Amino acid sequence: MDPVLLARIQFAANISFHILFPTVTIALGWVLLFFKLRFNATRDERWMEAYRFWVKIFALSFALGVVSGITMSFQFGTNWPGFMERVGNIAGPLLAYEVLTAFFLEATFLGIMLFGFRRVPGWLHTIATVLVAFGTTMSAFWILVLNSWMHTPVGFEMRDGIVHATDWWAIVFSPSMPYRLAHMLIASGLTVAFLLAGMSAWRWLRGDRGPAVAVALRTGVIMAAILAPTQLVVGDLHGLNTLEHQPAKIAAMEGNWQTRGNVPLVLFGIPDERARENRFEIAIPSGASLILKHSPSGVVPGLDQFEGLHPPVKPVFYAFRVMVGTGMAMVALALLGAGYLWRRGTLPTVLLRGFVLMTFSGWLATLAGWYVTEIGRQPWLVTGVLTTAQAAGPVPAASIGTTLAMYLTLYALLLSAYVATLYRLAAKGRISEAVPGNAPIPQTA
Amino acid sequence: MTPFLPPETLALTFAALMAVSILAYVVLDGYDLGVGLLLQATPEEAERDRMVASIGPFWDANETWLVLGVGLLLVAFPVAHGMVLTALYMPVALMLCGLILRGVAFEFRAKAGTPLDKRRWDWAFAGGSALAALTQGWMLGRYVLGFEQGLAPMLFATLAAFGVAAAYAFIGACWLIWRTEGALQVRAVAWARDVLWVVAAGIVAVSVATPLASARIFARWFEMPNLLLLAPLPAATFGLILGLRSLLRHMPLPDDKLRHVPFWGAVGLFCLSFAGLTWSFFPYIVPERLTLFQAASAPESLSIILVGAAFVLPVILGYTVLAWCIFGGKARDLRYD
Repeated sequence: MDPVLLARIQFAANISFHILFPTVTIALGWVLLFFKLRFNATRDERWMEAYRFWVKIFALSFALGVVSGITMSFQFGTNWPGFMERVGNIAGPLLAYEVLTAFFLEATFLGIMLFGFRRVPGWLHTIATVLVAFGTTMSAFWILVLNSWMHTPVGFEMRDGIVHATDWWAIVFSPSMPYRLAHMLIASGLTVAFLLAGMSAWRWLRGDRGPAVAVALRTGVIMAAILAPTQLVVGDLHGLNTLEHQPAKIAAMEGNWQTRGNVPLVLFGIPDERARENRFEIAIPSGASLILKHSPSGVVPGLDQFEGLHPPVKPVFYAFRVMVGTGMAMVALALLGAGYLWRRGTLPTVLLRGFVLMTFSGWLATLAGWYVTEIGRQPWLVTGVLTTAQAAGPVPAASIGTTLAMYLTLYALLLSAYVATLYRLAAKGRISEAVPGNAPIPQTA
Repeated sequence: MTPFLPPETLALTFAALMAVSILAYVVLDGYDLGVGLLLQATPEEAERDRMVASIGPFWDANETWLVLGVGLLLVAFPVAHGMVLTALYMPVALMLCGLILRGVAFEFRAKAGTPLDKRRWDWAFAGGSALAALTQGWMLGRYVLGFEQGLAPMLFATLAAFGVAAAYAFIGACWLIWRTEGALQVRAVAWARDVLWVVAAGIVAVSVATPLASARIFARWFEMPNLLLLAPLPAATFGLILGLRSLLRHMPLPDDKLRHVPFWGAVGLFCLSFAGLTWSFFPYIVPERLTLFQAASAPESLSIILVGAAFVLPVILGYTVLAWCIFGGKARDLRYD
């Protein structure tokens, strides 16, 4: 097999496994802080009970994120030595700042946050929680700064084929950075909202209806109802930004083969790269023109403009539909859930089941979204500067294949252990007897 | 950013920063991995829990020094990073698997559903620690001989693998002498005593092999006046080993006196060995092939990192000390509440 393809699969496997856990910890850190602050303000035990349950899931997710992140830091060098040689002058400082301002902070205060509750004064424990949440967010910030620069590189000049930084301000705030950062932070919030709601709904349906389960469920549903519609707007803005800076990616996402006006919005179809058209297309006439250009006759660049230099259409096209479809389902369920909570103070069984079903929907949407944006950048690694093939290293396919099999086995094992542990922790709750069929969820203080 | 230091000074500064990170890593994660290596040496579950508890609040921050060390290599010496990591592709992958297993076992064993499940994660913990320690030693052995191929270098790397694992087990045992009490502490003293000989043998082996492998290194150590100037280094190492040996014979002392001395003695051994290696290889970053001055990246980029590091590193040191104070003294059971 082609070593570049193998190196990509290995890196993709690693980064896909890794992103699952930061996506949980970034927002869960802030949710834990919220629980802690509510407890500080109300002295109501249920907030602390919710904190104690979710901090265990936080700790587990954090550990998985750390170890898979360390693997990432090595794979930059082992899989893509050309990346650092060519753009190391920009990627290097950004990664260094992540380690210096985020990694040490979160790693050190995590110990105090997890195990220091009985050893340090309450205020110091709260500060440790703040710093861990801040650290995870800073880490996301620096990584998204680097990733955004790779999509929309600015603030540099080429000298002897090597990128040299000329304007750090421009590099940090590259054109796609604000959109990407907002989109990812909200994605993390949504992942945690549905995880909170889904796990709590599962406990609730089993008859584990303590006040701590109820507050976590309410927090999750309300968070989802606020964030899901916001994400729709932010995602749309991110898409418009991509249209401006990476039109080939948008063309692949929309399955739009020709540059023209009145571009239909393809709901579903099978892109055929040979015939350069979609088969079995179901589309809304002029829909894509309306969304992207805000006019039915708006001309949208198609894939014909980028022949030979556009990403593979199928994976981008499908992943985009998975992301948007999951997102729409999230919006619908979250709004329904919040409506019921507001009007009736309770959730009907069918909605609770819906939340259980959607427990890991955030993971699905986040992975699909990252596939859209990362595959959508191909064949480039750094748009217009460096192709993925140029960055690959001299490691033979056999070595990459062996280590890939090793990593995949390990990840499959760990992911199943993670999910199993989540449910085992959730199943530990006390089940109260004589559970009324549709008991109201207690109001929060 | 305009560079404010000459390129050579910048390269030296970054080499020093990287050296400090790597030394901090081998000392700090060294004792973590060492405790992991020793985990299965006790049949008592309560003792294993206590051993894990003694490193629980620290391991994550300790491991971050590896990210910083490799990060600095990547950032400041990208060409060397490519050469080293390509040459060590397989052991690096194995080490990462070991570190992954060790890191997640912390959490999974604490949340295990059944005793059997917990035992399995104990094995993952010990196995992961062993894999990481052995591969790190193997990589050191390969690095010292400049990634030469052949039977002798491979044998040497195997020896180095066990030497580093023994050194980690030693500092891990010393950590347990400091941080635990009762039967476990007595056990830890015995572990430290037993493994000290392997550590001494490892230090001697590397010290003999390096000058023999390279005429340049030989000259560096055995020409006058270097021989006299450097004599304190092996003398101090030798003295420290003898001192530790006689101290460990009498531990634990009444009132638990000197409980932290073996650990700091082990740190001393690590520092002396590291100093010896540094003296042998400076200014090479890839032995006999690439000097750190040849490998350094653009001064502008190094400058901007240095400014950040100058502000942030003291803060990191500050809160690391804070965490050590909070979790000082004898280890207690770890509680998430």
